[in-house]
Amino acid sequence: MINFSYTIWIPLLPFLMFILLGLAGHKLKPKLSGLLGTGGLGIITVLSYITAFKYFFTSEKVDGAYQKITALNFTWLQFTDKLHIDLGVLLDPISVMMLVVISTVSFMVHIYSLGYMKDEKGFERFFAFLSLFSFSMLGLVLATNIFQMYIFWELVGVSSFLLIGFYYQKPSAVRASKKAFIVTRFADLGFLIGILILSFNTKTFDFITLTNPAGSAIAQGGGIVFLGLSVMTWSMIFVFMGGVGKSAMFPFHIWLPDAMEGPTPVSALIHAATMVVAGVYLVARMFPIYALSAPVALNVVAWVGAFTSLFAAVIACTQTDIKRVLAYSTMSQIGYMMLALGVAGYGGHEGLGYMASMFHLFTHAMFKALLFLGAGAIIHAVHSNYMTEMGGLRKYLPVTHITFLIACLTIAGIPPLSGFFSKDEILAAAFHSNKLLFAIEYAVAGLTAFYMFRLYFSIFWGKDTQYHHTPQEAPATMTVPLIILAVGSVFSGIIPFNKLVTSDGKILESEIELMIAIPSVLIGLLGIGVAYIMYRKESAIPDRLAATFKYGYKWAYNKFYIDELYLFVTKKIIFRYISDPVAWFDRHIVDGTMNTIASVTQNFSFRIRAFQSGQLQKYAFVFITGAIMLAILFIYLWK
Amino acid sequence: MSPGTFLIMRHELLLIAAALSVLIAEIFWNPEKKKSISLFSIILFGVVTIIGFLPSPAGALFGGMYISSGARLLMKNILNIGVLLVFIQSVTWLKKEENVEKISEYFLLLISTVVGMNFMISAGHFLIFYIGIELATIPIAALAAYDRYRNKSAEAGIKLILSSALSSGILLYGLSMIYGTTGTLYFTEVTKLFGNNNLQILGFIFFFAGMAFKISIVPFHLWTADVYEGSPVNITSYLSVISKGAAVFILIIILFTVFPVIIATWQKTIFVTSILTMTIANLFAIRQQNLKRFLAFSSISQAGYILLGIIGGNQLGMASVIYYILVYIFSNLGAFGVVTAISNATGKENIDDYNGLYQTNPKLSLIMTLALFSLAGIPPVAGFFGKFFLFTAAAQKGYYLLVLIAVLNTIISLFYYLLVVKAMFIIKSENPIKKFRSDFPTRFALGICVAGIVITGFASIIFEAIRNLSFGV
Repeated sequence: MINFSYTIWIPLLPFLMFILLGLAGHKLKPKLSGLLGTGGLGIITVLSYITAFKYFFTSEKVDGAYQKITALNFTWLQFTDKLHIDLGVLLDPISVMMLVVISTVSFMVHIYSLGYMKDEKGFERFFAFLSLFSFSMLGLVLATNIFQMYIFWELVGVSSFLLIGFYYQKPSAVRASKKAFIVTRFADLGFLIGILILSFNTKTFDFITLTNPAGSAIAQGGGIVFLGLSVMTWSMIFVFMGGVGKSAMFPFHIWLPDAMEGPTPVSALIHAATMVVAGVYLVARMFPIYALSAPVALNVVAWVGAFTSLFAAVIACTQTDIKRVLAYSTMSQIGYMMLALGVAGYGGHEGLGYMASMFHLFTHAMFKALLFLGAGAIIHAVHSNYMTEMGGLRKYLPVTHITFLIACLTIAGIPPLSGFFSKDEILAAAFHSNKLLFAIEYAVAGLTAFYMFRLYFSIFWGKDTQYHHTPQEAPATMTVPLIILAVGSVFSGIIPFNKLVTSDGKILESEIELMIAIPSVLIGLLGIGVAYIMYRKESAIPDRLAATFKYGYKWAYNKFYIDELYLFVTKKIIFRYISDPVAWFDRHIVDGTMNTIASVTQNFSFRIRAFQSGQLQKYAFVFITGAIMLAILFIYLWK
Repeated sequence: MSPGTFLIMRHELLLIAAALSVLIAEIFWNPEKKKSISLFSIILFGVVTIIGFLPSPAGALFGGMYISSGARLLMKNILNIGVLLVFIQSVTWLKKEENVEKISEYFLLLISTVVGMNFMISAGHFLIFYIGIELATIPIAALAAYDRYRNKSAEAGIKLILSSALSSGILLYGLSMIYGTTGTLYFTEVTKLFGNNNLQILGFIFFFAGMAFKISIVPFHLWTADVYEGSPVNITSYLSVISKGAAVFILIIILFTVFPVIIATWQKTIFVTSILTMTIANLFAIRQQNLKRFLAFSSISQAGYILLGIIGGNQLGMASVIYYILVYIFSNLGAFGVVTAISNATGKENIDDYNGLYQTNPKLSLIMTLALFSLAGIPPVAGFFGKFFLFTAAAQKGYYLLVLIAVLNTIISLFYYLLVVKAMFIIKSENPIKKFRSDFPTRFALGICVAGIVITGFASIIFEAIRNLSFGV
């Protein structure tokens, strides 16, 4: 056995950094606090890589399968012998993989922020929050039990809230942070209900016990049936609801585009690469239960994923704010991952989707972080978020241009870049499971290529825009992370995920199926081609198309009016017909009763004050009377 | 008996040595350097505290008159921590000109009371118990009158000595009935010979009344508010935390080991008195303006909650009581520490004076808030877990009505604790307390209190360790 107990430092170090920067940050020089935060993350990155290397290449396999290792565990709260909440570190292929993803992207974002956030007010606060986020996210992926995961899940939500609202003087940022918090919190209610049902049914929180395919939790089956579905299925659907909220799946996706009000590095880290995939991670973590005990819930996962990926891709084609395009693209890609999990089975070749999902999670983290950081560099140079105000930037921002192009090609699935491999696996998994899902994803692949190159051509080619001042390439602190991530995007496709991260820990034989790969590359090229024709040079085609499909375009441009629908439901229906009467009841009946009780209490306390007269003889009298009364009571009256 | 067996009495012997050292220091120390006796005594007591944590043999001495066991050692160690904190908090106050002459007096008398408490906790015989309890009380009366030129302080001293004389009388009367009916005062033998006859129950009730006086349980609590208000703040905090804690510890030991036969009777007694205590103390606390009086009633109501842990007679109950006392030491000393700091700096002790404190002294306000939240039992601070365990222990034995009343009372208590918080944070003031910086000992002690409030809440090993040493009826 290898000793992994040092891994406790992986989440602990950013926590200490958060305390240090949070308490003493304002006393340090801003630059120093930034360097401290970045340095801390550098150490964590090294530790994560060491852990990954040791886990994947030196740890013992049993039956050719990677084992789940509990590196550390201690009981935090013991309620009864069975019911206790633990905190600990669990290492298995997906948590180790997530360590690598989180630390890499987080480290890059830290370095990038040193340049991007320079001269911002609250520089040290920014780094303190980033450290808090890193701590929460690492704690989440390393959780040994579902309750610990829930605790860190909420912590992640808080740090996301704090970072979206970083520019707290900007009303739109405040609104966005509130929206993100409330929407995800509402979804987390479902998660909590799911946890409670699940643990009530299985009598444990522990992941290893829960997800052991031969263990009692799965073997006992679904439990009693309620409304046609087993209790296990219900709990898994509720748990998935939490994942839907955090991963911005339909219908809880409305917070993610608004979350782009946060600083761009935050968008790259939290709202593209790490936090938003927490939902995918959650489903992957519970996967044996989904696959073996709650197949209906797994179907829900697949369809929610597929629908979101299409829905978001369509919206992305119409948006003009570059960060929002990327936000919708993120939703669409996470939809892919959800779908892949949804069509997978446990073990053997059935598990292809699982592997594909994790693979795509990994490559997506690289290229999407790259896209966001590139977008940040562009915004930094142009001081605008709107692609309509850009064009011809390739001349001014050569490094950004090249790295952005690489990222666009990767997401469009052009071989031999990493996105091709992971997307191809997902399409293959869908193809073998459900042809309709496959068709949807196939269409989404084309749309993805189209909207990404629409973005690319509009920014870097298109019309020659006159700028107030000449845009300048970002400083090295910003371009170096871009280059590193670009390298990652290009080469992460060669990582043999089928050997490392599979549903049952064993090696999965898979190869590229040309029948699927070739058409998917073709449709990607088609999307790029269409975008080339429409946006390479200024042309009237897009406007003409928009005019032709006026209503459809407007509908998609306004995000299918989902936000308005929510507003209508909350303001016009819930607030008016439920909240107002409840508020009245609260003010008049509940408060009234309480006020009466309070005034009665006050009154009574006023009346008994004579007891406390200050006269010692009276005290003695009360004392002796009290003793005698007690004696009489317990000898004669109430024996 | 080999000299090694005296190691069992290590706590008491060390404390006596410490007390004597302070006395000798007072005699031979250069009068100009009297101030450093504070530091000397604190270091001495710190060493005693640390040695107390070293593993120690359990056993009995003097034919069972003196008993040492894991639980009793733990109780002594907890008290030592509290006493040390009180000592550190007193340093600033003792530096005042009128007090410098009396520094050694302060430490000598307080250490003597600790010796008394230790003997009381280790008692295996009612005589030792009685001597311990007297030793733990009489010096305090002298200290309550420490500011002897202040009328209120003198009044506090005289009230304490007179009313504790009365309570000792009743207690002794009760013990004499127990002796009269059983013919022995050894705990182990009393247990065997105790039956359910009326004289014995009367004896028990009188014994209980005497203990209830120390813990200030209603209706034996009337001295508390006057004495707490009149005494110097440090003595008040000592009375409310250490004296009370020690009395609770020995009460629970005696109830669990000596009186298991009449468990039904004492459960009823506790049921009645705990409801009275919580409710009446809370009703009085609402009306208080002076912070020391306010904290006096708050501490009475806390005693009511503590009784909930005793009533079940179960192991969890004992563990929860010990844990709660530990938490209560940190929380109450935190609150008193802030009151002391402000009283030393400005002489102000009323809740109104705290209006707008957050604007001028944000750190003190935050510590006060944390301490009050812990006393009120708001999660996630330690006080919440303390109350949670107490209530669980009572509920485990089916006292649902009692738990319900206790919960209602915590709501009332929340109201008055928040009044102070409201004064500090929300109410604006024309002339708030000026910004000041407390000296090192005050900040150090407050730091320990804050750390204690936070850590005892989160580190589950502490409760686990206590639970392993506890026992039930």
